[in-house]
Amino acid sequence: MTELTTFWHIWVSVIVIGSMIASGALIIITKRGQKFDEETDQTTGHSFDGIHELDNPLPKWWMYFFWSTIVFGFAYILIYGVGDWTGFSKWSSHGQWENEMAKAEEKYQPYYDKLTAMTIEELAQNEEALATGQRIYASNCSVCHGPTASGSEGFPNLTDNDWLYGGSPAAIKATLTNGRNGAMPANGLKPDMTPEERNDIVAHVLTLSGREGSGDATKGKALFAQACAACHGGDGKGMQAIGAPNLTDNIWLYGGSEAKIDFTIEHGRAGVMPAWKEILGEDKIHVVSAYVYSLSQEQE
Amino acid sequence: MSTAAEHPTYNYKVVKYFAIMTVVWGIVGMSLGVLIASQLVWPELNFETPYLTFSRLRPLHTNAVIFAFGGCALFATSYYVVQRTCQTRIFSDSLAMFTFWGWQAVIVAAAITLPLGLTSSKEYAELEWPIDILITIVWVCYAIVFFGTIAKRSQKHIYVANWFFGAFIITIAVLHIFNSLAVPVSAFKSYSIYAGAIDAMVQWWYGHNAVGFFLTAGFLGIMYYFVPKQAERPVYSYRLSIVHFWALISIYVWAGAHHLHYSALPDWAQSAGMIMSLILLAPSWGGMINGMMTLSGAWHKLRTDPILRFLVVSLSFYGMSTFEGPMMAIKTVNALSHNTDWTVGHVHSGALGWVAMVSIGALYNLIPVVFGRKQGEMYSIKLINIHFWLATIGTVLYIVAMWVNGIMQGLMWRAVNSDGTLTYSFVESLEASYPGYFVRAVGGAIFLAGMFIMAYNTYKTVRGANAEQQAKLAQA
Repeated sequence: MTELTTFWHIWVSVIVIGSMIASGALIIITKRGQKFDEETDQTTGHSFDGIHELDNPLPKWWMYFFWSTIVFGFAYILIYGVGDWTGFSKWSSHGQWENEMAKAEEKYQPYYDKLTAMTIEELAQNEEALATGQRIYASNCSVCHGPTASGSEGFPNLTDNDWLYGGSPAAIKATLTNGRNGAMPANGLKPDMTPEERNDIVAHVLTLSGREGSGDATKGKALFAQACAACHGGDGKGMQAIGAPNLTDNIWLYGGSEAKIDFTIEHGRAGVMPAWKEILGEDKIHVVSAYVYSLSQEQE
Repeated sequence: MSTAAEHPTYNYKVVKYFAIMTVVWGIVGMSLGVLIASQLVWPELNFETPYLTFSRLRPLHTNAVIFAFGGCALFATSYYVVQRTCQTRIFSDSLAMFTFWGWQAVIVAAAITLPLGLTSSKEYAELEWPIDILITIVWVCYAIVFFGTIAKRSQKHIYVANWFFGAFIITIAVLHIFNSLAVPVSAFKSYSIYAGAIDAMVQWWYGHNAVGFFLTAGFLGIMYYFVPKQAERPVYSYRLSIVHFWALISIYVWAGAHHLHYSALPDWAQSAGMIMSLILLAPSWGGMINGMMTLSGAWHKLRTDPILRFLVVSLSFYGMSTFEGPMMAIKTVNALSHNTDWTVGHVHSGALGWVAMVSIGALYNLIPVVFGRKQGEMYSIKLINIHFWLATIGTVLYIVAMWVNGIMQGLMWRAVNSDGTLTYSFVESLEASYPGYFVRAVGGAIFLAGMFIMAYNTYKTVRGANAEQQAKLAQA
């Protein structure tokens, strides 16, 4: 992993070991030059702005302490290496990580084997599995979806049984495994949309959840059919296959005020759910999927 | 040992300027620190504006405290010490004055650009490239003034304080230039010429030596002059100063890799960083021993002299944090301490306990002299004593709060349940940190209160000294 060219290998080794030898030499030479073995009141004879310097020897305890750190350094090099040489222990940080992961797998795998033998629906009834799932959720998912999974602007609420990509166990697991990339284009399929037209569309969208906007909802309905219906459907009920939200249920990922909806249409949205396959692995995804699935089941 | 033999030809003007600005920037930098510490307890103190968020004010706090407060203290004391120990006037009055105004310009530029979000994002080197160039110019002039003064000295030998100041000036120049190498893309944006792990290594080679040379070697220079001066005792051991000086400056430059344990940095570099950090312990302590033992025969002075107390307690904090540092550089300890508040506490036992306290002690010794009085003759010794206790209590509260928080965070982050999941989510460790954050903010505020007392004491001293000078002139 840490291959150096011969030049740099020698360069590093010479300077590291050389600095340690030089430190030792510095102690030896200074000690040889000492005039006194004990503390005296003799000065070096220098005077700087009235400051004199005593010619006291190096404190013995300090000197031995210094030596001991140098000896420790050599011992450490022999065990852990210097430059390209990995020492007698052949230690590497990557190796240490692999060891720890192997130990963890040995310890915890039987537990996950037991859980993954069950279906997500079964696990959603299993208290032990839900406790594990909740902890995985708290460490990995709560940053965006919140500690109670109620979501926040741009991050879906996982407890309300309103699903962008489907709420079946398989759909939830697929979302977790591969992630999702939401893509709402700016101005939908009508790039030349004028602000007035957008205002009319907003008015129409508001009527879908029983509200009124400032624009002309009738004109907006026709424009909606052109610009929005391909994804959100003619009735505005959305399409889970591509993650297009239902616009009729008054649940809003990016806010449902007139201004927010207008902003969403004007600028588009690009929500990202990361893929957890490489981070959590399939077993943990299975368990946390059950936890997420259980959140909206309890409500019913 | 008396200050009676005042040399009339020293340039005290530049020393005065830097000394006063040390107090001013100390208050500014520490106020920012108290504000951001409070933001961690009461996030509303962000005031919902990007200019006052923690992320922008934190680098302003570190820059203000290290380079404005610490930098002005180093300029003031090094110009003072090099003249007095070389028994000669400063090399160039105008160049020295240029370093003053240039350095203030750097600080003001930092105070404007950092809240605007203009940053190179390198820790302790956040300033963008035009300011980096100004720093380089000022620093080269500083080197010319300092070494020019050494060259024209009337003494045969060079005093140990000047070795440390010299090493600090040269090494900071090298560190600043190589770490700041970048490709500018506009007047306010540049990208480092290094990438990936190399960028990280260069950054921490710089970052750790900003600690090693700016905050250690430079302030050891202060210690070596002001401790024997204030104690009126000879330096304990010339030989010890030789060994610890050379060992310190040669070993320190290798220790930076301990900031990158268990990272993408190659294992050999991590190992070398750890070994060197441990070998650094004895050379670091050499300075503490030399300072402490200088007091032998003068310990009784601690009862009556709060300035000496500042200096001695600063050495205790120095000894403690230079012990703590090598311990934290050990990989297994680092695995617990890394990214926790323990690191923040460690930095502040150095920054408050050592750097600030030794600077404060030195300034209380020096300010009366440059304004025409005898050393240490401040307006009120009692106020110095109150300042001393505020500074000590504030520092201790700060450090203890961060130890508790840091060790707690490290343990919470690694706690594992029987099913292999983490026992605590990150937010739980954050919630548990609130009491520590509160105590830290209180400790910082207490330390800051002491700085206001210092400002008042300095103001009264300068006014009093000026009145005395006027009276003297009138008599003559």
